[in-house]
Amino acid sequence: MTQLPDEHFVDTAPYDPEEERSKPARPDLDAPNWLLIWRKFRRHKLGLISALFLAVSYLMIPFAGFIAPYTANERNPDHIYAAPQMVRLFHEGKFIGPFVYPENAVRDLEQFRWRYPSDRENPAKLEFFCEGGTHYFLALFKTNRHLFCAPEGATVFLWGADRLGRDVFSRIFYGAQLSMTVGLIGITVSFILGISIGGIAGYFGGAIDWFVNRIIEILRSIPELPLWLALSAAVPSHWGPVAVFFIISIILGLLDWPGLARAVRSKFLSLREEEFVRAAEMMGAKPSRVIRKHLLPNFSSHLIASAMLSIPAMILGETALSFLGLGLRAPAVSWGVMLNDAQNLASIEIYPWTAIPMLPVIFVVLAFNFLGDALRDSLDPYSHD
Amino acid sequence: MNSHEKPLLQVRDLAIGFGSADPIIRNINFDVQRGETVALVGESGSGKTQTCRAVLRILPKAARIHSGSAYLNSDSGGIDLLAMSEKELREIRGDRISMIFQEPMHSLSPLHKIGDQVSEVLILHRDHNKRSAKEIVLQKFERVGFPDPERVFRSYPFELSGGMRQRAMIAMAMVAKPDLLIADEPTTALDVTTQAQVLGLIKDLQRETGMAVILVTHDLGVVANCADKVVVMRDGKIMESGRVSNVLDDPGHAYTRKLIAAAPNIPHEAEPTSARVIEDPILQLENISKSFDLRGGGFMRKGGIIKAVEGVNLTVARGKTFAIVGESGSGKSTVAQIALGARSPDAGGVIKYWPDSGDSAVEVQKLSGDAKRSFQRQAQMVFQDPFSSLSPRMQVIDILTEPLEIHEIGTRSERKDRAIELLEQVDLDPTMLRRFPHAFSGGQRQRLSIARALALKPNLLVCDEPTSALDLSVQMQVLDLLEEIRDNLGLSYLFISHDLAVVARIADEVAVMRRGQIIEQAAPDVLFTAPKHPYTKALIAACLEPDTTQKIDLEAVALGAGNPKTWPEQFRFNGLTAPDLVETEPGHFVRVEL
Repeated sequence: MTQLPDEHFVDTAPYDPEEERSKPARPDLDAPNWLLIWRKFRRHKLGLISALFLAVSYLMIPFAGFIAPYTANERNPDHIYAAPQMVRLFHEGKFIGPFVYPENAVRDLEQFRWRYPSDRENPAKLEFFCEGGTHYFLALFKTNRHLFCAPEGATVFLWGADRLGRDVFSRIFYGAQLSMTVGLIGITVSFILGISIGGIAGYFGGAIDWFVNRIIEILRSIPELPLWLALSAAVPSHWGPVAVFFIISIILGLLDWPGLARAVRSKFLSLREEEFVRAAEMMGAKPSRVIRKHLLPNFSSHLIASAMLSIPAMILGETALSFLGLGLRAPAVSWGVMLNDAQNLASIEIYPWTAIPMLPVIFVVLAFNFLGDALRDSLDPYSHD
Repeated sequence: MNSHEKPLLQVRDLAIGFGSADPIIRNINFDVQRGETVALVGESGSGKTQTCRAVLRILPKAARIHSGSAYLNSDSGGIDLLAMSEKELREIRGDRISMIFQEPMHSLSPLHKIGDQVSEVLILHRDHNKRSAKEIVLQKFERVGFPDPERVFRSYPFELSGGMRQRAMIAMAMVAKPDLLIADEPTTALDVTTQAQVLGLIKDLQRETGMAVILVTHDLGVVANCADKVVVMRDGKIMESGRVSNVLDDPGHAYTRKLIAAAPNIPHEAEPTSARVIEDPILQLENISKSFDLRGGGFMRKGGIIKAVEGVNLTVARGKTFAIVGESGSGKSTVAQIALGARSPDAGGVIKYWPDSGDSAVEVQKLSGDAKRSFQRQAQMVFQDPFSSLSPRMQVIDILTEPLEIHEIGTRSERKDRAIELLEQVDLDPTMLRRFPHAFSGGQRQRLSIARALALKPNLLVCDEPTSALDLSVQMQVLDLLEEIRDNLGLSYLFISHDLAVVARIADEVAVMRRGQIIEQAAPDVLFTAPKHPYTKALIAACLEPDTTQKIDLEAVALGAGNPKTWPEQFRFNGLTAPDLVETEPGHFVRVEL
């Protein structure tokens, strides 16, 4: 460091005016796009946890029948509205492995309800890889093996039983199979419609764009719930649960596309103005090549993020419809169908566990929202902050 | 020591970092005396903006001040701005220190009337009521040069042009009579003539009120004209600082010398030229006009028509550079796009292209199908923004081979060889092939963009402001490269720029455009030494060189850049009928009434 007279300061550290020209100026960005997105996404703890939670949840879906101790519609007439049981490890201060205390129904004639005092004398040890009701393992093999079940003479209702004595815990797993996939099917429908319609509007512009936008506005102005109700009321009542399930998810998808179409359209318009797209056009690239090589890769990640944010709406939609009795119907099991039982205020007050299916709905919807937000934030990995 | 002798602002040992990493900006020391202008100069990423923002503590969220102090001294003693609470700091911001930002488009709230936004400072800090505040604001508006302060007071930001908005920002910063004004690149987003006027205004106001100014800029020309002291920064460190005359006339650091050498020079002498007849043209535009429909947004409505380009004639000679200069909205980029066939001109316009000397001319506007593709192979474009012209999803090799793929030239390995050859042509290393463009600096990316334009071995390159998004030192390197390529490969350029100084260096012939018309055209040295048109004179007067002896001639700038109705009579036009372009001297065309 030199301090020359008259406040003239000059740094004396060595300096080479001819720097290397091909050295990456931003070594921190010297990686493919997906890696940059991942690095940024990794810093969103909430998003990361949500992604993990959703991954585990979806991985469990094919094994639902195996994990659940009971099958979906297995009734225990002796245990109507049984309270949640605890899995214990220590009996009278001694470790004997996981067990439950068996419960026997007693009529409470004062309050007119069933009580299930537990039999503290005879601990019933849980059995593992035991035989129970038949289910389809991985949806392929018919089997009657379960991860765990109660021994003869005892029951294991981790989250209680409902008005027909069905296990809430098991039914939540079975319900996940429908409730969590309804969003995926719905989003597929909505994606196909949204991308094609939004893409057409964005690419051709002009009158087509105008019409698409007006249709979107009209669709968005229709109150959602009555329209769902009307559409699902039109589903013939004699259709099987699977058919109804598909129809419901398609209905949800049909009503969800306008939001996605708008996102696609605006992204399309802004990308078309990017200079690299104009460069390709000026080099003589055909529209199909421009779309394939330049437009799609650059907005696929945005699409994924908007999909993540749309799925919760579908899950809530299914739950709402089924809750109102217009979506899936028994014997199909979904979280909404289960909550249908909890419509009665009295039963929630006396048997609060019938409302437990709300919890998975809340967790899954929150997880999708967090994940979607985190993804959206990490999609532009080039900015530095 | 009496506090009056202390500097107004003393920044000591300032260090700023991002997140938990080591400080990026370190060892920053400088003083600002009362009434003095200190310029922070540096290229992008040098930390000059973060340094000045640290003083007001308006850094981005991730940034952290590691150490240092910034004493603001007054009669009642000094206070450390970096150690104050947020609440105390609010008393200082906008009152004793105010700030002007770079983007006049984004720094005013679009929802509030300009008058209300400016009055807010007075109401907050000076206990004025609405009426008394308005009076002061109107005076200030008049002072910053608004012809009708009342109207501006009632306007929303979108009703004003960029320069007018920056004036409103200045009025807002000045209204509380601050001791210190921090101007963060206040003129970078503006046209050169507007820049000269805004800088002149800041200087005038400073002289009147005696405030100190911290001027953040990348332009040594601005420093030479406006500042008393200069701090040269690079990579978060001060390279050199001192009085402007000392630093610019006798730079002590190699980096300062490099910056000064990179500043463009304007020729001051001209050799007499003769009328040049272009014998071997490559591209000729005849009577090119372009009007756009202003779409009303619906399919049933029709908006008005706007004329972007009107009656442009020009000829690019083979192996030479023809430059078009103009400010934003002059229609220069539209001409470039028309020349490449990317837009079609209005009926009557003819674009002639000669693939090789002696060939017969091809009319570009009529081409289609294979003939058009063959033209697109021979005429390429270099874009302005190196950050948006390369797809972030493609590796360098894919970017460079894409033109070859589109035109189905060569096998995979041949294309790869060509890509390596291209990288070498633009002075880049072949190890870049598998990397992604976002890892590289603006200059490196612009080289890639040029390499891509060369991939098809074109004859003609249209460069649309290829250097205006780059730092000065990089700008020079890119211009060097463009010249070298032109001479080695025998290319012809149609070069678009807003910067006369850049054009002076590279062009063989320059046309100045204003509102869609060419108003003067000549060889660059003629144009710079003997400009005829008031607008050209204004452009030249507004060019700032890193030379402390030259000062801006604000009157010439104001006259030429103003409304064409105020030009001297022989040049005047009212938007409909302009004088014709006439050859006043051999090879020198001016739009003038003789």
